[in-house]
Parts: sequence; structure tokens; C-alpha cells
Amino acid sequence: MSTPREELLRHIRQATGKMVLFIGLAIIVLVAVRAWLEPKIEQARVETLKSQLNETIPQTAYDNDLLQDTVMIRAPELLGTDKPVTLYRARKNGKPVGVVFETIAPDGYSGDIHLLVGIYADGRIAGVRVLEHRETPGLGDKIELKKSPWILSFDGKRLTPENEAQWHVKKDGGIFDQFTGATITPRAVVKAVKKALAFYQQYQDRIWQP
Amino acid sequence: MTLERLREIVYEGLWNNNQALVALLGLCPMLAVTNNAINGLGLGIATLVVLVVSNVLVSLIRAHVPREVRIPIFIGIIATAVTIIDMVMDAYMHTLHGILGIFIPLIVTNCVILGRAEAFASRNPVLESAVDGLAMGIGFLIVLVVLGGMRELLAQGTLLDQAELLFGPTAKAWTLHLTDNPHGVLLAALPPGAFLGLGILVAIKQWIELRREERLHAQPQAENMPSHEPEKA
Repeated sequence: MSTPREELLRHIRQATGKMVLFIGLAIIVLVAVRAWLEPKIEQARVETLKSQLNETIPQTAYDNDLLQDTVMIRAPELLGTDKPVTLYRARKNGKPVGVVFETIAPDGYSGDIHLLVGIYADGRIAGVRVLEHRETPGLGDKIELKKSPWILSFDGKRLTPENEAQWHVKKDGGIFDQFTGATITPRAVVKAVKKALAFYQQYQDRIWQP
Repeated sequence: MTLERLREIVYEGLWNNNQALVALLGLCPMLAVTNNAINGLGLGIATLVVLVVSNVLVSLIRAHVPREVRIPIFIGIIATAVTIIDMVMDAYMHTLHGILGIFIPLIVTNCVILGRAEAFASRNPVLESAVDGLAMGIGFLIVLVVLGGMRELLAQGTLLDQAELLFGPTAKAWTLHLTDNPHGVLLAALPPGAFLGLGILVAIKQWIELRREERLHAQPQAENMPSHEPEKA
């Protein structure tokens, strides 16, 4: 005869055992699925990144594998992040063509605006795209190429001591359009792109050192 | 399972006990992602798959689950299903996965899923539980898509924008541009628009119910018709 106490202990053991069994099975299934899908997820990431990079520097302009030719540089003042930023270097026949990297405009209307900036080796903007933002739909989101061609107005622009004053929205005396009802967003983007160009000029040697 | 029972379960899931319009469960992801129809559809499909899988698994093991630890076990099953869906979407719908972001993992905490596991799957046979998951999931999905479509139409004047994220590049042409003005009612795209939109949908459902009841009362000869219980609070 088992006492109520023994009965209870047996019940606890049984319940615990079953719970461990079910959770253990779940973990095994998850590890197996993960092992199967890992390469596919990695591939999807690489493809997404590649198509984003190609929007800023045209694929025809270079012949190396951007994802393999990288350099990491930390420049919190100019790139808007404390973390080291990965720079993807484009080359043709081994010669520098341009570089693509992510930069952050920290002063958007609602939080950080993540930008991908492509700069040709001679310091011209190759292309700018918005990766991520939380700006107001219908107002600030015209920085997306999908909503407005505004972001293309950077293409081909340089930063020189003479034209430095033009790197503002028109409202602040510069050459870039602001949007009706939204000045803060384009102002933040213009500032971040300008800083990205300043970064390129300042770090050019480090970027292209082998 | 009799046909009568099947009809009852489907009716409950799609209409009478619709998880979004009547039970008002799972509102957090629903209100957050439904700024267009495709986002709603994406989250709806993910929720539907998780709901069917979790209902079937819970029903299969229901005889072996000690009552005291059933909730942790159910949560374990749901979390496993969600994690698998999350990884599959990351691999095959990478961009949409990025847009829906945190709301895919958050399906684990969607009350609809645990609610059906506890209220239905843990005390019904496998087939009925699968049908229940399907019906409840579709009922939830339809509300997500309608709410997303409503907000998309009002805010951007389009329907099925970004369909390519879900159906591949050929779906790019599916987008319907119904107005030339790309910037319509801004409110609809913002969070208050989600609450207002859901409120309108709930009101429409109630209105239909009330009208049907009125008509039943107005026609004495309809007494023999099976009258539907007013839904529980």
C-alpha cells in the first residue's frame, strides 16, 4: 500500500517526466529544422543584401564579389553608430570603383533612419537608398524610392569646400527639396549623406588599403 | 464527425465566435501589421498554419498530458510550431519576414492559439480539432485581410500593394491602383486607424446579427427554423 505522500511524489515524477519528454522532443525537432533551413536562410540574406548593394552601385560597374571584399571601420561621429560599419568594396580589374556602406541618420522625425550609401572612388555619390525608417506614412516616407524619386537627387553629387553650404534642404538655404509638411526627415537624410561623403574623404586611404 | 458537427465548427470559427470580431483576441499583432492587405494576409497565413498544427498536436497528445502541466506543454508545442514557421518564412519570404518582424515570433503569445488548444483541442478528437483550427484561423485571417485592405485603400488608394513579397515577382502586377492620389486618409495608415477600422468591422458584424434576429422575430412562421444563440460575452 502506498501512502498519500508516495502517491503524490509518484504523480509529480510522472508529470515532470512527461513535460521534459515533450519539451525535449520539441527541441530535437527545432534543431533538425534549423540545420535544414540554415543554409537557405543564409542564402536569402546574401541575396537580399546583394540586390540592395546593386541598387546603389550598378552591377555592371564592377567585377569582384562585394560580399567578400570588405573592410570594417568605426566612425561614430560620421556614421551615426558606435559599432564598426562594414564597407563593401567594388573593383573592376582590381582597380577601385566604389564603396557601399550603411549609415544612420539619428535625427529623423521618429528615430533612426538607416541608409545605404554608395560612393564612387572619385568621391561622387553613386546611389542612396533607405533601408529602414519609422517616418510618418504619407509625409516623411517620400524618402523611399517607392514613394518618390527624391532620393535620386543625391546621385552624382560631391562634397567640396565650395559647395558645402548647398548641402541642406531648400528651406535651410541648400539645394535639396523638402516635402510639404515634412522638413525634419529630408533634413536628417541630407545631413547623413553629407557626413557619409565627409567620412569617405577622411577615411579614403584606410578604405582602399589592401 | 457528422456533417452537422462540421458545419457547427466552421460556423463558430468563421462567424459566431470569430476570434477577431467576437472574442477580440490577438489584437496586438492584428492592429500593428494591418496597414495593408498583404501584410495582413502574411500574418494571417502564419497564424492559420500555427493554429492548425498546434490544434492537431494538442489533440493527439491530449490523453497523455497531466492536467497540472498542460499549459507549459501546450506553450512548448505552440512555440515549436511558431519557431518553425519563423525560420521557413525567413528562408523563403525574406523581405516579408523582415516587414512582419517581431510579430511572427509573437504569434506564440497570441491568445487565439492557446485559447483554442485549451478550449477545444485538448478535449476533442484530432479531425475536429484540425477543422476548428482551420475555421478559427480563416476567420482571423479574413478579418486581417479586410482590415488591412480597408486601411490600404483609404491611405494609399491601392489594394494588394507589394503582393510580390508573398507570391513572387509575377505578383507585382496584381496591385490595384484605385485612385491617382497616392496620399489619401493618413489616419487610416496610423495606429488610430487600426482601432477605428476594427471598431467599424465589429459594429458591422453586430448590425448584421441584430437585423437577422429582428427578421426572425418578425416572421412567426419561421419559429421552426434553428435560431442562433446570441453570442456569449
